[in-house]
Amino acid sequence: MISFQVNSENVAFDGDGSTPLLWVLRDHFNLTGTKFGCGIGQCGACTVHINGAARRSCMTPVAAIKGRSVTTIEGLAAGNDELHPVQAAWLEYDVPQCGYCQAGQIMATVDLLQRIPKPTDADIDKNIRNICRCGTYARIRKAIHKAAELQAEGGSDVS
Amino acid sequence: MSVNASFVPHSLTRRQFLVAGSTVSGAFVLGVPFSAATAGAGDVRQLGFFIEIQTDGHVIIGTNQPEIGQGVRTALPMLVAEELDVDWDKVSIRPMPLGIVKTADGYTWKYGGQGVGGSTGLTSNWDFMREVGATARQQLIQAAAARWGISPGTCTTEPGYVVCTSLGEKLPYADLVGDAANLGVPEESPPLKDVADYRIVGKMHKTIDARDIVTGKTKYGIDTRQPNMRFAVIARSPYLNGTPKSFDASVARKIDGVLDVFEIKGPAPGEPYQILASGVAVVATSTWTAIQGRDALRIEWDKGPNAKDSSEKFWAENASMLEGSGQVGVDDGDFEAAMAGADKIVEHQYAVPFVNHAPLEPQNCYAFVEKDRCHIIAPTQMPSGASRSAAWATGLERENIHVDFTRVGGGFGRRLTNDYVAEAALISKQTGWPIQLQWTREDDVKNDFYRPAGLHEMRAGLNANGEIAGWTQRLASASKYYRRPNMPDENLWEAELYADDFPRNIVPNLRLEYFHNAIGIPRGSWRAPAHTANAFVVQSFIDEIAHETGQDPLQLRIDLYGEERELEYGGHGGPTFNPGRLTRLIKFVAERIDYGRTLPKGRGIGLASHFTFGGYAAHAIEVVVGNNGDLSIERIIAAIDCGYAVHPNAVEAQLQGGTIDGISTALGLEITVEDGQIQQSNFHDYPLARIATFPNRFEAHILPYDENPTGVGEMGIPSAAPALTNAIFAATGKRIRRLPIKDQLRV
Ligand code: FES
Ligand code: FES
Repeated sequence: MISFQVNSENVAFDGDGSTPLLWVLRDHFNLTGTKFGCGIGQCGACTVHINGAARRSCMTPVAAIKGRSVTTIEGLAAGNDELHPVQAAWLEYDVPQCGYCQAGQIMATVDLLQRIPKPTDADIDKNIRNICRCGTYARIRKAIHKAAELQAEGGSDVS
Repeated sequence: MSVNASFVPHSLTRRQFLVAGSTVSGAFVLGVPFSAATAGAGDVRQLGFFIEIQTDGHVIIGTNQPEIGQGVRTALPMLVAEELDVDWDKVSIRPMPLGIVKTADGYTWKYGGQGVGGSTGLTSNWDFMREVGATARQQLIQAAAARWGISPGTCTTEPGYVVCTSLGEKLPYADLVGDAANLGVPEESPPLKDVADYRIVGKMHKTIDARDIVTGKTKYGIDTRQPNMRFAVIARSPYLNGTPKSFDASVARKIDGVLDVFEIKGPAPGEPYQILASGVAVVATSTWTAIQGRDALRIEWDKGPNAKDSSEKFWAENASMLEGSGQVGVDDGDFEAAMAGADKIVEHQYAVPFVNHAPLEPQNCYAFVEKDRCHIIAPTQMPSGASRSAAWATGLERENIHVDFTRVGGGFGRRLTNDYVAEAALISKQTGWPIQLQWTREDDVKNDFYRPAGLHEMRAGLNANGEIAGWTQRLASASKYYRRPNMPDENLWEAELYADDFPRNIVPNLRLEYFHNAIGIPRGSWRAPAHTANAFVVQSFIDEIAHETGQDPLQLRIDLYGEERELEYGGHGGPTFNPGRLTRLIKFVAERIDYGRTLPKGRGIGLASHFTFGGYAAHAIEVVVGNNGDLSIERIIAAIDCGYAVHPNAVEAQLQGGTIDGISTALGLEITVEDGQIQQSNFHDYPLARIATFPNRFEAHILPYDENPTGVGEMGIPSAAPALTNAIFAATGKRIRRLPIKDQLRV
């Protein structure tokens, strides 16, 4: 039995500890907001936060997160009807096309802004390595800058 | 993407009746089914749609088309809401399932044609959706007039209300919808609004369901969760047209959670595809367990007839075919005489590789096959194809197959084909369980209907004034039409060379010649099929002609495109092509990027433009290439003329996305074969470009033209790659004649 937290709830997984966290979230906890894109750590569609830091859940065996705390896109905002500033910035620039990569892009951006609150374009280029097959990069770049502004303004969630 | 019979725009005649009823929630449904006879065809097509007006004035508009990221779920309801006259912020959407009805003459549409490809999702519904809204509005007016005892002509609407100014009264739609539904449909089609009066259409609106996306609530096909659902994967033959000779599943079956293992039979070599490959299916209690089970299989493969296929052989065959003579598709004027009399001949070959669609959501499908019915939930561009695939797999009648389709995690033409639906249905039928079939990324990279590869030989003869008198494009390629049912060999060229593309009717003596290479790689429609290849080839060649004859690449294009005029265009995107619209775009992007300024060595600007399925686009790209060959894209100007932009926000997004797709593909993407096996497997060796490749100086402009919208999903891609390679030439003198660019700039 592997116990950990997902979106502030205590959970336990009773299967093979080598199962990637991605599939545990999706198939066992029905948290399908975290996406499968490549399974080898390349695309970032599966990005979640483990103890607050962005990790690719397809590369993280569930055994490795014993006792840790996982945040997924479903648990990112403070409340149910609220948005995290990064989500709000994503809406302002209407970033998603198909939308499939966007949970991962948002989780990666939240992590970036924790480390570098006001990233330059070069910081973005270096740190945001998630693939968007639809090519929303132009808007992602704008939305990241916007999110940095929103966070600097208040940091609190917007609805 | 391909022209397909089901994409033929509806030619609507008259609405026949109007029905209404109460929904479970007590709100009224105003349904407007149409019955329209297609001119000449004689078959009656039942078209339908519904609008729900809730008691609080909120309006739910059904969306009947697959949303693959192109924005159709927002754009079509905008059309309905505009004509219905409601506030956009009161509108929400409800995805509709596939609607087909059996008639004496076969299956016909219940909710209008459903399917997205060829950038027709909007244009084929442009009249239809506006008429739905206008008809409903007319009904509401009549209902209000009857209640007031006045003539409908004295009433009008304001958003959500029918208004009579002389009475000083107004009634909310919500109060009228029941009455309206009981009225007959007006004989005359209500007049549609003037474009100038639009309040919703043509304005910037955001993706209507974006909030669900950014909060992780949106359900894609892969997110389907149904009671008792089991998870399946398939080990497909790594050899093109290979089959399992034998397999040992004893280890796999011992894995806790593996429930069943069995063989899946693919099509015979050369036969049309229902599924792509033979293999062995593993069914388990979770996706990961199914993948573990698959890894534990020991399969001995019969390598089949294509075991010797290789990219090397493919390219060598193409080159040697071009030595001979092929099938002449177009032969205008006197090509030979023009070449014989030419003052100068320019001649080059260009190679365009196979590429993978790689939508970010790997293929998947939920299927539950029962004795007399089947339920499919799939991410698909072509839900009617999903129904046909499931019917093929199950033997059930199509009216007993219910198809729901989800928001799709990328299409690009891959999900015009529903092979994964057939696979899921086969597995569910065999096991009796509700099944979610999941493809891994490796499955998707190795099993695709790839963009066709080909070797293009271009030759132009110029007269003493530098004018192009003779032009030929000779293409040896793997046609997209390979293994299509009822496809004669002499039509294979038509998928790869579009007869009326530029410079036809501009260069008087023109010949198109085709040679087919029957390599065993499956191929299909990849975003802007044939246009991505031909725009690269033709726009590179124009540049080369300009440089080799001392002309300016911009001026040569302007001279060739010329003034506005309509040229005949017989293919998809016709009936006409106006090259003057390309003149306007190429001038625009050139001006925006300040083309013509003196640039230091290593810095260059490239231009390109192309007409794609009715729409026009141009790119100007500025690059810097370092001494070591490091390429940096400094600036991108993209422009589209899609006639009228219905949903400009999505037009801009498609132009940005198409540009990025074109550049990403040109830079690094290629599928190759060795010993009958696809060599690439995942994003480490199929490296889609990331954000760092694209500069913040990236402009996407919409240049409105008239009041007729064209599609927008494919127009932004074809001219991006040649603008990039033309820029590389301008910077370095190095001409890229073979895609992808990869490490060709390394010295
Ligand atoms: S699915 Fe984890 S990085 Fe792609
Ligand atoms: S929006 Fe489609 S993959 Fe990013």
